[in-house]
Amino acid sequence: MSEVESIRPPTLWQSCRMILQRDLRLAFRNQSDLANPLIFFVMVASLFPLGVSPDTAFLSQIATGIIWVAALLATLLSLDAMFRSDYDDGSLEQLLLSPYPLYILVLAKVFSHWIVSGLLLTLLFPLLAVLLFLPWEGYPAMLASLLLGTPLLSLIGAIGAALTVGLKKGGVLLSLLILPLYIPVLIFGTGAVGAALNGTPYIGHLLWLAVFLVMAITMAPFAIAAALRISIAG
Amino acid sequence: MNWTWFHKLGSPKWFYEVTSKWMFWLALITVLLLVTGLVWGLAFAPADYQQGNSYRIIFVHVPVALLAQSCYIAMAIAGAVGLIWKMKLADMAAKVSAPIGASFTFLALLTGAIWGKPTWGTWWVWDARLTSMLLLLFLYFGYMALQAAFDNETTASKASSILALVGLVNIPIIKYSVEWWNTLHQPATLTFTSKPTMAPEMLVPLLISIVGFYCFFTLAFLMRLRAEVLIRENRTQWVKKLVQNDV
Repeated sequence: MSEVESIRPPTLWQSCRMILQRDLRLAFRNQSDLANPLIFFVMVASLFPLGVSPDTAFLSQIATGIIWVAALLATLLSLDAMFRSDYDDGSLEQLLLSPYPLYILVLAKVFSHWIVSGLLLTLLFPLLAVLLFLPWEGYPAMLASLLLGTPLLSLIGAIGAALTVGLKKGGVLLSLLILPLYIPVLIFGTGAVGAALNGTPYIGHLLWLAVFLVMAITMAPFAIAAALRISIAG
Repeated sequence: MNWTWFHKLGSPKWFYEVTSKWMFWLALITVLLLVTGLVWGLAFAPADYQQGNSYRIIFVHVPVALLAQSCYIAMAIAGAVGLIWKMKLADMAAKVSAPIGASFTFLALLTGAIWGKPTWGTWWVWDARLTSMLLLLFLYFGYMALQAAFDNETTASKASSILALVGLVNIPIIKYSVEWWNTLHQPATLTFTSKPTMAPEMLVPLLISIVGFYCFFTLAFLMRLRAEVLIRENRTQWVKKLVQNDV
């Protein structure tokens, strides 16, 4: 039985890395789940030229808003899956039983969600920007605001996902809970790009987004962890 | 310090019995204050030199707008008390304040729209205050939807209390971000820190009607909470006895 004794429990850092690896592997093996929000992101944006106007000047005016709103909706679509399969197969319960603080483990899970949703959306934005004639000056600001803003979307959204994971049909409810909380991100994200397009400094908007991100990283995991405990207990 | 009152507060039965004695007097005070404040404000206060008579909606608009926000804070605090001390009554209090708060928020938006038409020439503008009120209404809707989604009352209360607390942290952020984004609404008429800019003939009825609306809120809140207590405690002896005596 010496073999069993020699197995050491993983350290906190190792557990986080294992969670991250596992989630990423699951996401990349399940490629349709990974691609669907991204395809949705592009499709929503392509509705606006059809529904509003294909005029170049007009589109370049509203491109910022469309890209941000589409990113927000695409993130919303991917949120429900964040804890769902772990809840169904019981691995979420194992996560809760871990001796390490749930706060840290939850951060690892949110981070992996951000990689497969927010980061990919950010990488995809130039395609939409070209389709919607976003002026060239807006690209750096858009990139920076998406990089700071999409982790916020994942963190805030995780609270809603954790609250609704125990429910059979959480999808619409989740959007209802989370959308009002996304407003500041939308305002400052589009604000940064708008300022850049006007030729004014946009660092202020980005700093605000960074402040919100720091606040969300410090506080949201508490709410997510508490919500997961409640969902599992109920 | 004597904490018995705090523990007593956690007992639904004690709460029900104590408030039974308060209800009549509270209703009386509410009616007196509201009638005084509103009749004075709507009929006797002088007309505004700029807005004429249309400003009189302030006697309804300001109290309901204040209440819409106070009610959310009260709801979140009740939710926190329920989460921390596991008090049944606090959970119920948080639950019953949501529909009241949502109604006040809706009324604030509605009276604002009615006031906006003659003064700004439009029912709605995407202004900071209006938008943050609309978002407050959405937060209330989310809270109520989450509360309704669970079958188990305890889980529902815990989950929605977390949401209310998250919302409470977010309210200042939402408020300041939209304020920074766009502002047309006049600055607050009443602040605690500076001298009132209103004429006393208008201010006094306004203050009376604010207190009246707060009393009305307390009355509606207690009525709903008492009903909720009876529903949730319907298996206990004292509720059965009470219902039998009534029938």
